[in-house]
Amino acid sequence: MNLFAYTRAASIAEAVTAAAEPGAAYLAAGTNLLDLMKGGIATPSRLVDITRLPGLDAVEPQPDGSTRIGALVRNSDLARNAHVAKTYPMVAEALLAGASAQLRNAATTAGNLLQRTRCAYFYDPASPCNKREPGAGCQAIGGATRIHAVLGWSEHCIATHPSDLCVPLAALGAQVEIAEAGGRRTVPIGDFHRLPSDHPERETVLEPGALVTAVILPPEAAAFSGHARYLKVRDRTSYAFATVSAAAALTLENGRIGAARLALGGVALKPWRVAEAEDALTGATPDAEAFSKAAAALVAGAKPSGPENAFKIELARRTVVRALTLAQAGTPARMPALPASPFSHAAGALHA
Amino acid sequence: MSIPLRLTVNGERRDLVLEDPRVTLLDALRERLHLTGSKKGCDRGQCGACTVLVDGRRINACLALAVSLDGASVETVEGLANGDALHPVQAAFIAHDGFQCGFCTPGQIMSAVGLIREMREAGESVGDAADVERVREGMSGNLCRCGAYAGITEAVVAAARAEAQAGEKAA
Repeated sequence: MNLFAYTRAASIAEAVTAAAEPGAAYLAAGTNLLDLMKGGIATPSRLVDITRLPGLDAVEPQPDGSTRIGALVRNSDLARNAHVAKTYPMVAEALLAGASAQLRNAATTAGNLLQRTRCAYFYDPASPCNKREPGAGCQAIGGATRIHAVLGWSEHCIATHPSDLCVPLAALGAQVEIAEAGGRRTVPIGDFHRLPSDHPERETVLEPGALVTAVILPPEAAAFSGHARYLKVRDRTSYAFATVSAAAALTLENGRIGAARLALGGVALKPWRVAEAEDALTGATPDAEAFSKAAAALVAGAKPSGPENAFKIELARRTVVRALTLAQAGTPARMPALPASPFSHAAGALHA
Repeated sequence: MSIPLRLTVNGERRDLVLEDPRVTLLDALRERLHLTGSKKGCDRGQCGACTVLVDGRRINACLALAVSLDGASVETVEGLANGDALHPVQAAFIAHDGFQCGFCTPGQIMSAVGLIREMREAGESVGDAADVERVREGMSGNLCRCGAYAGITEAVVAAARAEAQAGEKAA
């Protein structure tokens, strides 16, 4: 790990100023950053510790029906928050399907959005990587690509975003609140992460020094609490990143779908949400045919980034159909003992 | 650079001066305070051998910067037993043969202590097959290269049930 200067920020304004300095990085829990620093993948010259910033660690239901989630709310606290578990159950399920309990107790909401890809070539300083060194090339292309992207990738980068949390947040149309030198603004989470295109090193819309202060779930997101599931297909039953995951939420009215929310994880460098897929469900009878149509619309244009990941397209389609089928059946009263697992048959903890 | 750091470790106040901000909580415990129960397995947050409780919650000590935890309360495996009387989770690991070589055991035990607290706080019961699945999921951040998982799971389930029963009697 390189030597770095350490600053403990006392205010958001102080943090934004300190972090705008070239080479500076924010430190919250550090569960991803320290790992990257130990591997020589991240080498910040200054860490700006934001863990003592006041007012960023609360989950606050708002009068307009939206919910403000502070940037520093820990994953486990967010998942166990009674309001979140009841109102946005697929957010809780996705969180509890991610990482290990130790990591969830430390990792923060904003840190989850900003975690880096788990591409093995990105993690290996000996491999050329356009994210680490723009223009160096991509060793993943033509390499071992089983976990890589099938949507939205470019000839410069085929990595995926590893977050579980971001998938239901994207499906529910969350807004990301950002503090920067000029003030505060909010960005839809769908626009927050960038696809690799020609600049895989630019991962989000954040400018230097910009600080994520909150994630806001809009009022309409609460309508889906009764029929919402997150489904995560992974190589191990627990403590593994998604091979493919899906967040699916429905409102049902008189035997028909009123509204639908759908997003895929593990397939692209951002959660994948397509309006046509949700439109295909609106007003439809909730059956296998409608779910298949929506799944096809969601993966439209998918293309393997290597021969080893062609299977992910069909897997994604089936995962979406299964997630929709589970959502239709209704949010379980108790969180499954193995959250989001296709192998979980027993109900475990109370949802809220 | 010298950075003052105050921790409460196993109930005792410890004042440290770090000459380098790179010191992790794990290194502070092992190298500065000579509490070597917490183990450095992978040092990358993958194995759980370094699990300790910070402000009552289990975390990976290898992925936390000590300087960031100024003022925190830390519980390590050294603080569990009361004299010669083992903590119930320690006793359960012996009773159920929850280890072989022992390297991952302090992390397993601290993780189990944290899990049982989490289950208690969430009002989760420990009484049927689903809870065994819940315990296995809850302990998945702790690897055991000897493969003593069967005994570990039995030990944690037994300790959780014993605590739940004790809690019911107390109530």
